[in-house]
Amino acid sequence: MRLNQKTKHKIVDGLLICMMILPLAAAIVIKVLTQPYSEGMNITGALIFLEIPMPFQPLLITEAQINSWLVMISITGLCLFLTHGIKAVPDSKRQHIAEMIVEKVDSMVRENMGEMFMGFSPFVAAIMALSAFSSLLTLIGVFPPTSDLNIIAGWAILVFILITYYKLKGGLWNYIKGFGDPIFVMAPMNVISEIATPLSMTFRHFGNVISGVVISALLGSALSGITAKLPGLLGQIPFLKIGIPAVLSLYFDIFSGCMQAFIFASLTMIYISTGFPGEAYEKRMKRKIERAKKKEEAKRLAELEK
Amino acid sequence: MELAIGLILAGCAIGAGLALIAGIGPGIGEGNAVAKACEAIGRQPESAGAVRTTMFIGCAIAETTGLYGFVVGLLLIFYAPKAFINLFIETIGKIG
Repeated sequence: MRLNQKTKHKIVDGLLICMMILPLAAAIVIKVLTQPYSEGMNITGALIFLEIPMPFQPLLITEAQINSWLVMISITGLCLFLTHGIKAVPDSKRQHIAEMIVEKVDSMVRENMGEMFMGFSPFVAAIMALSAFSSLLTLIGVFPPTSDLNIIAGWAILVFILITYYKLKGGLWNYIKGFGDPIFVMAPMNVISEIATPLSMTFRHFGNVISGVVISALLGSALSGITAKLPGLLGQIPFLKIGIPAVLSLYFDIFSGCMQAFIFASLTMIYISTGFPGEAYEKRMKRKIERAKKKEEAKRLAELEK
Repeated sequence: MELAIGLILAGCAIGAGLALIAGIGPGIGEGNAVAKACEAIGRQPESAGAVRTTMFIGCAIAETTGLYGFVVGLLLIFYAPKAFINLFIETIGKIG
């Protein structure tokens, strides 16, 4: 049986949509299967599924990790779906959407970091999408990975390594000299502020998401407490829990989640581009080029002498 | 023994309450930032977009100190009582 081009295209589309939706469904199923029964208010961390023995400390596979992997698969599916069948002249809606996203991120990176760091735009878009979609997982009732400190600490450490790498581009001596910036007495303060960067990024994102989780849990328990006080059949059904928490969810889950993703991404860009010592890097490059020229001349002279 | 555990719990609860005083500073600071942003947009409506993004980033940075207090409060409520009571039983409780 031979399929024509259109049906093939549609089959691939269907598979990609499955790739987008199935991980989220899997997250709900895992949540339903593993959630321990509890009454009343319940604020706990991520469940631990598996412990892998390691030399210093057992490696824990938690709910947050599983959920973040599922989100990654889902985002990959979304990206593949948006870019499936792209043409030089766009004729589909999804290609317009994909181009819009790429152009938005590109212009943001150009504004905040300058032309030199344009290679960063995929990284920035990835971290923004991962953070936003992880926070939005609360909408389907799953444990959001961003309300676990470890996940965000991982991202912040990644950003910290990037910042340090770009600071070291101006030379090692320049990096060390930067710690005694106004006077050398300030060195301990500068070291502390250097460490505080990833710490504050972690706590900012984590605190915003967890505050939403805590406040919604408090509101839920308060509403069910109010309904339990009502007389007769009304007290049996927690009908007040329908709808009212959605107002808070609108702010804490949707607005705050997307806002924190944007802020995490823009802080990443700002820290990397301001930490980068442009002048020292240029000087170093010039010196390198001069040294290479001198070497070449010496080689030529040696060849001439022969 | 009971008195000591009660004191630990009370200390944790009072500490969590005190930690959330940290919310005052960011509240005032963000209010100032938003007020100035409103003024700036009123003076130059065409620069509204740039002012808004800068204001959001500034607000998020100002918010951090409050969130430190919040995280400390959470630790004091959910983590510290268990840890402190365990520590107490391990060290002093065994002798007494």
